[in-house]
Amino acid sequence: MLPPQGSAYAGEVDTVYMALFWLSVFLFLGIAVPAIYFAWRYRYKPGRVTPHQTHNTLLEIIWSVIPLLLCIGIFFWGLDGWMKYAVAPGEAMEIQVVAKKWLWQFEYPDGSRTVGEVHVPVNKPVRFVMTSEDVLHDFFVPDMRVKHDIIPGRYTQVWFTPTVLGTHHVTCAEYCGKGHSDMQAKLVVENEADYQKFVETGGTEWEDYKMKPAEWGKLQWERKGCSTCHTIDGTRIASGGPSWKGIWGKMEKLNNGQEVLVNADYVRESMMQPSAKVVAGFEPIMPTFQGLLREHEIQGLMAFIKSLGNDPNGGPPAPTVLSLPPKPVDQKK
Amino acid sequence: MEHTLKSQAHVADRPRPVKNYINNDPGIWSWMTTVDHKRIGVMYLVGVLSAFLIGGIFALLVRLTLMTPNHMLFGKVLMTAETYNRVFTLHGAIMVFLFIIPSVPAALGNFVLPLMLGAKDVAFPRLNLASFYLWVIGAIMAVMSMIFGAVDTGWTFYTPYSTSTSGTVTLMTMAVFVLGFSSIFTGINFVATVHKLRAPGMGWFEMPLFVWGIYSTAIIQVLATPLLGITLVLLALERVFNIGIFDPKIGGDPVLFQHFFWFYSHPAVYIMILPGMAIISELIPTFSRKTMFGYRAVAYSSVSLALLSFIVWGHHMFVAGQSQLATVIFSALTFLVAIPSGVKMFNWLGTMYKGNISLETPMLYAISFLLLFAIGGLTGIFLGTLSTDVHLTDTYFVVAHFHYVMMGGTVIAFIGGLHYWWPKMTGRMYTEKWAAIGCALVFWGFNQTFLTQFFLGSKGMPRRYYNYLDQFQPLHAFSTYGSWILGAGLFLTAINLLASLRKPYDAPDNPWGGTTLEWQTSSPPITHNFEDQPVLERAPYDYRPEVVSH
Repeated sequence: MLPPQGSAYAGEVDTVYMALFWLSVFLFLGIAVPAIYFAWRYRYKPGRVTPHQTHNTLLEIIWSVIPLLLCIGIFFWGLDGWMKYAVAPGEAMEIQVVAKKWLWQFEYPDGSRTVGEVHVPVNKPVRFVMTSEDVLHDFFVPDMRVKHDIIPGRYTQVWFTPTVLGTHHVTCAEYCGKGHSDMQAKLVVENEADYQKFVETGGTEWEDYKMKPAEWGKLQWERKGCSTCHTIDGTRIASGGPSWKGIWGKMEKLNNGQEVLVNADYVRESMMQPSAKVVAGFEPIMPTFQGLLREHEIQGLMAFIKSLGNDPNGGPPAPTVLSLPPKPVDQKK
Repeated sequence: MEHTLKSQAHVADRPRPVKNYINNDPGIWSWMTTVDHKRIGVMYLVGVLSAFLIGGIFALLVRLTLMTPNHMLFGKVLMTAETYNRVFTLHGAIMVFLFIIPSVPAALGNFVLPLMLGAKDVAFPRLNLASFYLWVIGAIMAVMSMIFGAVDTGWTFYTPYSTSTSGTVTLMTMAVFVLGFSSIFTGINFVATVHKLRAPGMGWFEMPLFVWGIYSTAIIQVLATPLLGITLVLLALERVFNIGIFDPKIGGDPVLFQHFFWFYSHPAVYIMILPGMAIISELIPTFSRKTMFGYRAVAYSSVSLALLSFIVWGHHMFVAGQSQLATVIFSALTFLVAIPSGVKMFNWLGTMYKGNISLETPMLYAISFLLLFAIGGLTGIFLGTLSTDVHLTDTYFVVAHFHYVMMGGTVIAFIGGLHYWWPKMTGRMYTEKWAAIGCALVFWGFNQTFLTQFFLGSKGMPRRYYNYLDQFQPLHAFSTYGSWILGAGLFLTAINLLASLRKPYDAPDNPWGGTTLEWQTSSPPITHNFEDQPVLERAPYDYRPEVVSH
């Protein structure tokens, strides 16, 4: 009935939920059984005289006071759990969240950033300080039983202590337009060592660098959220941008009537200043990736786009992936 | 017609008058310029039922789109995300503003309220007609905003999305503004009517409980609706002139909009549910043939719900960024709503106890209401409780909850009331068998559609989602199948009611053995309601044989 529990707090919420569930079942039967029983037991018989019972003050008091006491109890039980949700411990690690149509951007204490994926160490309280660049969004992690609206021009927060290793789901719960239901992110809970490695390498297993540039670029296409709007098979996503298939080395018509050659410079500019040159027939809706992509990630993406070209060997050359980050020192075994 | 006979064993019919409010001066112009509350009620009924049909078609389309994760139907994508967002917005806006809010008060209330009071008409008949035409203008503006563009904000119009999205949001908000005035005028009219036009002998505690419910509703309509009006005007001003009220980019506060919006829209929930409860308070004593148990408690609970409705709006905003102290206070106040709701529930059961209960269609709807509203109310506890609300708010749990209250509560009561007063309004009896089958289908389909959504929401399915995770697919499909059964039940019900209109007048004056004044005039009533000024001789719901035979 409820999602898996990703924290101890989730277990506490579920206890309240299940208690309310069984209480509701009990009270529902307390209404439904008499209603149906009376309809059968006192079914119509011609000429039967019904008693003239106008009221019973004692009964009215009983069925006002008992629910009232029950409600007071439930209120305080809910308040007790909510206080934990509302007040983050001082030592919690802080992750800055920027939400915008329609992606999630995370910034870690050391200044590194990720998009569409956030890693946190297990068993440590983590606090998300959130703001929005456009409309209302909502940071909802079902496995952690937490949720809070994200408001442009203000900061709101959510915190939890993840206790279960693995991937959990972050989903936008405040309506934000056509991409609302695609505004998802992965929450990866991992042990301290893996988390440190993630922060150092930007979420990339060192093994990834052995890949060919195009394969590595494809991984970035999936990880950085490019795949939400750009397909690689020539089809068009309704609220997205141009497909990447066959565009490398092509002359594209822009919405101002000019033409542009799709080469390394144009692709980079489109990532950093997306609204500078918009292909005809598309809306300027792409957010900027300035500061969100490392140099080698940009180059990997270019290599990937080139590999999708009509003539992978033709067209302008793509830069080769050169600027690898330093290999992490403390590798696991 | 067994049911008619057994119910009205003690009612002696007079000969039916030749002229009644329907055939007296029939032409279309005479209807359009009428100030007769019965005709205005019937015109409202046609209007709100048309809105219900359109809103219902949108609802079926929403469910159809969500049946499969890729939204395919017969190999084609049914609708894109943009279209989906528009369709659910229109479903919500039409159902709330064009259908549910005016359904019971303006359609049934207009027809029945003056009859119940023994009055010739409402206090201000011309204002009554004006409020109907405002409704028509508002409806036309809403339809125009659909045709000349679209609105994709959700029926809540949350800023800054609503101030920044393209489309005809301004026109739609102005439509709702106009509809608001229609509602205010109806409210003023009913307050004045209840105060001034009661029959001789009818004190406040001899009024039928339907009147108490409509009266409480009217007070909320008059006090709360202006706030919605001014909020929507501010929204329109911001869109048109870029005044910074709600959009933080130009110095506004989006949470302020939510406070304004819910300061009206929470009372509006009671504008919607109180009339539904009021109908149930008529149906249960009538079909149990027993004195209403706890009459005063039920009357007072309507008034106290109306008052409480003004101080709980913040419970829509527990995770929206209001102050934490406000959140705690609103949660505590919200629980108080449970008490008067429970009081009504228990008194209805107390009325059925040792009754003489016949299960004609209106009573079937009344019992459906008891079960569905119980679920709607009990799931409200999950949402009023702070820690569980944080997980459940903005998910399908909320969607299911308010459908149980609005549809399982108000709409079920409305349809029950429609069957109850149909003989009075039209002079015809419908076919009991098909009406009962329709009710059963509605009950089954409704539960299959919406009970499922409590589980979807608990599992973490957010609302207003076009795409969803594959794990939710089986429940979504099951819910969609339920919507077809619900649709079929409503369709059958509509056909059955309409088919009765082809017959000659056959309804007796008092087919159910009701004790309130509307059953003392002919079916359908004459234009001036009563041949002579009725005088209240017995309190409503007094079924003692010595009083009845009197």
